[in-house]
Amino acid sequence: MTSPIASLEAVEVDYPGRGRALGPISFAVGAGEIIALVGPSGCGKSTALRLLAGLEGPTRGTVRRAAGRGETSVVFQSPTLAPWLTAAANVALPLDLSGTPKGEGRALAREALAAVGLAAAAQAKPAQLSGGMAMRVSLARALVTQPKVLLLDEPFAALDEITRRALADDILELWRQRRPAIVFVTHNVEEAVYMASRVLVMSSGPGRLAGETAVDAPSPRPEGFRTTPLFRAAAEAVSNQLSVAMRGAA
Amino acid sequence: MKRALLTVAPLLLIAGLLIGWELACRWLQVPVYRLPPPSGVVLALAKNTPLLLASAWNTFAMALISLVVASLIACTIALAAALNGVFERAVRPLAVALQVTPVIALAPLFQIWAGIDHPKTAVVALTVVVAFFPIYSGAVSGLRSADPDLQRLFDLYGATRWQRLTRLLIPSAVPFLLEGHKVAVGLSLVGAVVAEFAAGSGGSQGLAWRILEAGNHLQTDKMMAALLVLAVMGGVLHTIFQLLERRALLWWRGR
Repeated sequence: MTSPIASLEAVEVDYPGRGRALGPISFAVGAGEIIALVGPSGCGKSTALRLLAGLEGPTRGTVRRAAGRGETSVVFQSPTLAPWLTAAANVALPLDLSGTPKGEGRALAREALAAVGLAAAAQAKPAQLSGGMAMRVSLARALVTQPKVLLLDEPFAALDEITRRALADDILELWRQRRPAIVFVTHNVEEAVYMASRVLVMSSGPGRLAGETAVDAPSPRPEGFRTTPLFRAAAEAVSNQLSVAMRGAA
Repeated sequence: MKRALLTVAPLLLIAGLLIGWELACRWLQVPVYRLPPPSGVVLALAKNTPLLLASAWNTFAMALISLVVASLIACTIALAAALNGVFERAVRPLAVALQVTPVIALAPLFQIWAGIDHPKTAVVALTVVVAFFPIYSGAVSGLRSADPDLQRLFDLYGATRWQRLTRLLIPSAVPFLLEGHKVAVGLSLVGAVVAEFAAGSGGSQGLAWRILEAGNHLQTDKMMAALLVLAVMGGVLHTIFQLLERRALLWWRGR
């Protein structure tokens, strides 16, 4: 692995009244690497993501992250767009907040929208977009600052199967162009294996690493990747780790 | 067919009631000071049109001025409350107390403060009290309604307090502000009439004063004509603000 761009080192998170939510857990994210965090609900995978985003601090341990302005971007489970702003204005928001001149911000926003295939929807408001389109706008907003780390918190959870597959391919294509490190949380094993070069399985109560599977295939994935023995074997391995992790928790 | 029926149904009911009322007045020979027939009310309306319209304008103006004043005060306080939790906590019981106290009970006090020569001031002040609460509570909940994940994004991108206020909190509050103002419009009309009843001494020549005056002279037909004007004005105001709200929401949300 190249030098890590973000990492959790012996990190623990306690929530008052709920006890230990996460840890101790350690893992590093290499520059340009795609990592999937998989685990049962409540295993602290979203907490791990929030730590990497800097939205939360650890109770113990060290979090290293790309902390510069716009270096780390987050896409949440829902598109989280401002309903009163057009798609272009939503995408330009991170730039506006950091004082980028308005014209320049809008131009970059249009570029980012074009990159996710929504150049035509620049003037639409979020309520006029479908769920998949809104998620793409959210993705464009995350990419507009050219982040080094892109954090995705179950970005496909609310989408139908066809839309989520298309979006997964789009994310891999965008990754190919700009090579940010991607950490994404999912509870879908196939999705994790399809997208990530490394799948980290977490167990719950409190969340820890229960296993790790490398997926040694080119990204973006070749046509028909889901039917290859490599994909099946990796998915099998992750599933087994996951069921061990769940049994441990029960 | 069904749609047409639904549109006509309320008109039919009103027409039926009016005809029944008219006929009942004629057959039972009800004295006009007790219950004038609809035709009598219409005649009174026609005879007093300029006076009633002038009075309606007075009531309307007082309600609207009060609405503007209430909006300014309520939004300013709500903004301060949204920025400072302690201030919000401090204001809350007072705002509620103001809301639950019947406005008519405050009227004599306001009359003393405004002075006997300035009944309009008392009416406006009372109406401001009535219109304040829906705007204030709408603004406070609106300023708190921003999506928590959007708040996190603002954290992530290092937004300043000012950016958070102007680009997140205030725009998020827009639908709540619209709703609060719509409710306040209706209440300000009620407030203006009630306040004029209580404070009215002929110095404020609104519709409420017309009703009092006509009542004192047993001119029941004129009284009902004033009531009719008041009802129509309330309906028109409500419709206008409903349309405004819908248009504003359309602009805000894009559909």
